[in-house]
Amino acid sequence: MKIKVIVTLKNGVLDPQGKAIQQTLNGMNFSNINEVRQGKYFDIEVNEKDEAKAKPQVEEMCKKLLANLVIEDFKII
Amino acid sequence: MKSSVIIFPGSNCDRDMDVALNKFGFKNKMVWHDDTDLPKSDLIVLPGGFSYGDYLRCGSIAGKSKIIKSVIEFAKSGGLVIGICNGFQILTETGLLSGVLQQNKYLEFICKNVFVKINNKENKYFKNIKKEILELHIAHNEGNYFCSNDELKSIQDNNQIAVTYCNQDGVTNDESNPNGAIQNIAGIFNKEKNILGMMPHPERMIDKYLSGEDGSFFFENLVGNLK
Repeated sequence: MKIKVIVTLKNGVLDPQGKAIQQTLNGMNFSNINEVRQGKYFDIEVNEKDEAKAKPQVEEMCKKLLANLVIEDFKII
Repeated sequence: MKSSVIIFPGSNCDRDMDVALNKFGFKNKMVWHDDTDLPKSDLIVLPGGFSYGDYLRCGSIAGKSKIIKSVIEFAKSGGLVIGICNGFQILTETGLLSGVLQQNKYLEFICKNVFVKINNKENKYFKNIKKEILELHIAHNEGNYFCSNDELKSIQDNNQIAVTYCNQDGVTNDESNPNGAIQNIAGIFNKEKNILGMMPHPERMIDKYLSGEDGSFFFENLVGNLK
């Protein structure tokens, strides 16, 4: 089964890329954009049919490798 | 005095480090990331570069490589480990050093000489060093040191800040901060001060005709302290 993971910077952590994207969008006349936060997206194909087994495994992957918990949060969807 | 430099795919300061270590009296060995055992060493160096192409996050894949288990064991038993630039990023990813190196504040790759002030001399790396302010080279895209307020307090309380960016006269301020690092931090120790991570490259400053000599002071002093 396929499990999707989104990794984003924690609130309060400076995201200069997101800021640059936001300013560019503002410059392109998308004037109502207040903030952009950039993140990462992973599609993980797990050889497992039971979601209840696959998700905890992916959670461990997130904690150990996919996200750096000092500055990032993850969401399994 | 024996040292080992770990080579990861994408390391590019490994040979410069080898030259520097040998020049100042180490017998250096190069160790491939896929090996599991370290040669007997007084010092392990994680060199600069772009290990594993900086995939995922700088240093994250190297932080899980085969050789790293032995490096962590060596460090935890009190062995001296230096991580320069990408090596510093790897050390934070392994958890041996706290915090993280984020992308530079102004999104630029920075390649220039900077001045750093030595903050703590009570350790094997900087004890007896002749100069307080060193001119060293930096070349990085992710050198913006960041940690939580609690971690910062703990780092300060334990005197773990090794070097900070400053100007020629040793003044630490926003103008002398090249990448946005909190408190102008350029390098830190672990609590026990046997692990040092720093963004500046001392190995690029070991020849007075080509670059400068402030890296020489660092290596000469280190060798002296280990004798």
